[in-house]
Amino acid sequence: MSRRWIVIAIPMLWLGIFFLLPFIEVARISLVDPAIARPPYTPLFEDGAFMGDLENYAFLLSDSLYINSYLSSIRIAAVSTVLALLVGYPMAYAIARAPEPRRTILLFLVILPFWTSFLLRVYAWIGLLKGNGVINNVLLWMGVIDEPLVMLQTDFAVYVGIVYTYLPFMILPLYATLVKLDESLMEASADLGASRASTFLRITLPLSLPGVVAGCMLVFIPAIGEYVIPALLGGPDTLMIGRVLWDEYFRNRDWPVASAVAIAMLLLIVLPILWMQKMQERA
Amino acid sequence: MVGTATKPTAGELKPWREARTPPFIRIEGISKHFGDFIAVDDVSLDIWQGEIFCLLGGSGCGKSTLLRMLAGFEAPSAGKVSIDGQDMAGVPPEARPTNMMFQSYALFPHMSVEKNVAYGLLRGGMGKAEAMEKVAAMLKLVQLEGFAARKPHQLSGGQRQRVALARSLVKRPKLLLLDEPLGALDKKLREETQFELMNIQDQLGVTFIVVTHDQEEAMTLATRIGVMDAGRIVQVGEPRAIYERPGSRFVADFIGTVNLFEGKVDVAAPDAMRITTAEGPILTEPVVGLRAGQQVAVAVRPEKMRLSREQGAAANVLSGTVSDYAYMGDMTIYKLALDNGRSVKVSVSNIDDASEAFTWDERLFISFPAKAGVVLSA
Repeated sequence: MSRRWIVIAIPMLWLGIFFLLPFIEVARISLVDPAIARPPYTPLFEDGAFMGDLENYAFLLSDSLYINSYLSSIRIAAVSTVLALLVGYPMAYAIARAPEPRRTILLFLVILPFWTSFLLRVYAWIGLLKGNGVINNVLLWMGVIDEPLVMLQTDFAVYVGIVYTYLPFMILPLYATLVKLDESLMEASADLGASRASTFLRITLPLSLPGVVAGCMLVFIPAIGEYVIPALLGGPDTLMIGRVLWDEYFRNRDWPVASAVAIAMLLLIVLPILWMQKMQERA
Repeated sequence: MVGTATKPTAGELKPWREARTPPFIRIEGISKHFGDFIAVDDVSLDIWQGEIFCLLGGSGCGKSTLLRMLAGFEAPSAGKVSIDGQDMAGVPPEARPTNMMFQSYALFPHMSVEKNVAYGLLRGGMGKAEAMEKVAAMLKLVQLEGFAARKPHQLSGGQRQRVALARSLVKRPKLLLLDEPLGALDKKLREETQFELMNIQDQLGVTFIVVTHDQEEAMTLATRIGVMDAGRIVQVGEPRAIYERPGSRFVADFIGTVNLFEGKVDVAAPDAMRITTAEGPILTEPVVGLRAGQQVAVAVRPEKMRLSREQGAAANVLSGTVSDYAYMGDMTIYKLALDNGRSVKVSVSNIDDASEAFTWDERLFISFPAKAGVVLSA
């Protein structure tokens, strides 16, 4: 009994110190008012009296900027997730079906980009996408286009950035489920008269659903709160909650409203996580 | 060892014995190479309709590869397969008149028993109502009526095996391929299922090709057995023929237990045959085509030898001392050491109770008639 507690205590302690305490701190700040002070907000208890209220949350609902940026974040994250799934599934399938020595190399190539800085890789996309960037120059030289395409500072560039960055998180869980799939199931399906497309839709896809759900969550959840990619690749009208959060903290120095944005975003993400867990219990 | 004579169905009694009916499945000079490795090496076989043909061999002998070529999962490197007169070259698995029962059963884990069995019918374009009717009839045949709604993981090994059988039979394939169909079952269940399998085959009249490494299974199930070794078919025949008249040392040794006495032909007359071995001369029935001086082996099955305390008057008598024995219930297997140190196995049926049994270090005579020995030159 006590030994089991020791095993559980270490991760619990970790989560307590590095997750729960900061969360409580942010939740506390979200209930108070900003102040020109250090720290820049009023205390939650003054002379033993509770001073907190939900004013900041009411403010989030009153200004359409916040609701719009939440909705826009969900949309961008959802579109990116679907794109990452469409790109990642064939790649994961091909890796899972590759013969052994090649499979390891392919997996290594998927993880390889992590070895360079994330920021550098996003900057590299600026070089590729900008008006006189690599892609436009190649297309102009080939005569496909007459004038440079506007790609940078659009939602398109944000999608490219998110799909590119989070693709490994889609591929790895998909690979893990696909590689475990017994190949004789596909053979049995063909043997019973199913075409390749039918076998994929009726056997491979349903059986890889846990991997699809895990991969989508691993892309969708961080993409909602993404700040760097929309800030560097997106345009002025690319509205995402991560940017709003940044602006509230560092431009307005309104820590309480920024904290309320953060807590609201967290609640928004908890819902799909709960849904995923329910899916996995069923699987 | 049970050499069951399979019940002949009306109209076809061992068609391979006479050349009147044409074979249903023709395999002509088929080979499969994986890089430098030759998995199947120039195999030719004719199989008739309604047969249960067993491909028997150790692991890696190419029997599964041969089966997979019939199912269409592997393309042959050379040779030709035709089923019911139709050339199978380039025909994909989904278009072949064959179905396969996989060694792992390969049941779809996310589908119920009913949906698993209906899968092939629905992919073939059959209406749902008709398919469900056939599924129900099939589940009844394999005695799984109450299990239609269960998922595969809610079934026992024996039940899963029957679902796999139902799924592969429900389309009434011209040819059913079974890869180690009973391998995952325990011994008792395996024996019961063997007879069930034969019954179902008899009722439906589907031709079976069974791959197995279990010679007892092959003996019980098969109308004919093809013994495979290193990618080649070494002998084809009815179970009794394979057991009683093996064509080579490999087959004699692979099927059942055998005592092999290596030696040279001494006398090869039309009325007598004598082989000189290290254990002394052995008399056998005359074999055509052998000449004096030829290197041969005499194979004698343990149950064809007799043990006695007094020397009898059989054609061949050896003597040795009991070095070990194993009481098996229905019989006892004795291991005797001959004077030159070589060990011989003799099995004795326990007709009486075991009070008369021989024991360790007893000196006994081993006798067997001339017809007991099979002379092998290969």
